[in-house]
Amino acid sequence: MAETTREVETTIETLPPRDGSGYRAFRAGPFTFWRDAYFAHVDWAGGTHVLPVDAFLRAMMRDVAWGFFYGVVNFDEVLGTRNHYGEVDVFVGACNEAYRAAGRDVTARFRSDALMPLFKAILADWTNEGFDPFAAPDETGAPWGPKRGSNLEAVERRRVTARRMVGLPGDTPRRSDAAGQPVNRQFVDVPQDEPEVDVEPGFEGEVSAFNLFAYLSRSDVTWNPSVCSVVGESLFCPTTEEFILPVDHGNDRVEWFLQLSDEIVWRVRDRDTGRARATVTMRAGDIAAMPADISHRGFSTKRSMLLVWENGSPKIPELIRRGEAPKVPVTF
Amino acid sequence: MNAPPPPTVFGSLERYAKGRVDVIDDDPKNYVFSNVFEVAGRAAPYERVAVAVNFEYVIEAVRAEGASPWYVAAHDEFALVLDGRVTIELVQPARAAELVAEGAEGARRLAAAPDGRRMGRVVARRGHMALLPRRAAYRFTGEGPGVLLVQTLRGPETVERWAEICQTA
Repeated sequence: MAETTREVETTIETLPPRDGSGYRAFRAGPFTFWRDAYFAHVDWAGGTHVLPVDAFLRAMMRDVAWGFFYGVVNFDEVLGTRNHYGEVDVFVGACNEAYRAAGRDVTARFRSDALMPLFKAILADWTNEGFDPFAAPDETGAPWGPKRGSNLEAVERRRVTARRMVGLPGDTPRRSDAAGQPVNRQFVDVPQDEPEVDVEPGFEGEVSAFNLFAYLSRSDVTWNPSVCSVVGESLFCPTTEEFILPVDHGNDRVEWFLQLSDEIVWRVRDRDTGRARATVTMRAGDIAAMPADISHRGFSTKRSMLLVWENGSPKIPELIRRGEAPKVPVTF
Repeated sequence: MNAPPPPTVFGSLERYAKGRVDVIDDDPKNYVFSNVFEVAGRAAPYERVAVAVNFEYVIEAVRAEGASPWYVAAHDEFALVLDGRVTIELVQPARAAELVAEGAEGARRLAAAPDGRRMGRVVARRGHMALLPRRAAYRFTGEGPGVLLVQTLRGPETVERWAEICQTA
């Protein structure tokens, strides 16, 4: 199905706090976002939606860090964004069968570079001191209560993006204690040995290797794929996962998961209706495609290592616009 | 006192616990689900079996056992060792343009060891990732059976047998 064109909304503004909790409100087109001690609220003409503020901030953190990512980022079963690569939709109910059937879904489109500063401002204003929306629940304070300081260091982390491979001269460096990147509490048993690399003079930028598992064991964030090796538009984006993927990610293209360690259970739904389609249990060595017409949410009890494999080809958004992107990677 | 964290579980040829797709309303083949240790365990040494494909790009699972043929590609590739200990030798071929055409996709198997300048060597174990630079000839040597993944493009060495390796029901 080819994509719908829409008028671009230009109303984006910061508003005074709505109540005594001290948090600012924000407007994006028809939607007003505000928070209180426990909840994030979204109001629009004819409707309102509420969700726990910890879930909202964890989802908003990924949407911001990933630049609206590929496809749909569902904050929950009602609220989300859909990336059109240059423009982005904010919606309520667009991926919810009941809202759509009743004609109650609302979508507004924005220029991505206009909406992103507003989302960053929400994240900065609504994240209290001590709460890290990127961290596992066991590793962070609580987001509740009236406004109490901020945690800009946490919410302004930049996604790690290697240009060729981690560890190459001039590329993303390896992680280490010396750089303030200790081994995570759940990966203390992961070997930290490095490969033996014997380089002839003149080939220092070509003969290179690093311990990817040790690198991942030192990640201080969860559910945040970071590019570690690049072959053309083929991006290896490993990540460490604990607790629940804070968004229900609706694909617009095929993506692949390779479970490097431990176990993740994926709840898979139809992207456009939210109907259940499958449960995928992945253990170390399992590899699976996520089709282009599903949404998925992962559950990882033990902190695990997951290799997310993406294709960042610029030809894919055009295929999506024309409704020609394949739903599955291969048929057999 | 805090309980110690549960051990981190990696897989190996000898020991892996495969998961599965439990379908509610879908075709399991849509998920192209397999396990790289199972695939490598059933493969011949250095068969480059595709376990993932995305347009022209693939991930190949390889059983690393003994010495491989020499390969070269016109683009970077990366090898990630998931089991065993694998040595990677790298040579800058004297006549690389004759071995692989500019723009060619995937690895080419060489008929013999290439003439050229030694670039270096990597000895990699589980979790180690190595660059296989564009236009460098390379050879793997596995000490005992091991498993490695190669991030590359689909090429003449890529073996595709999806119906055999993937969950179908």
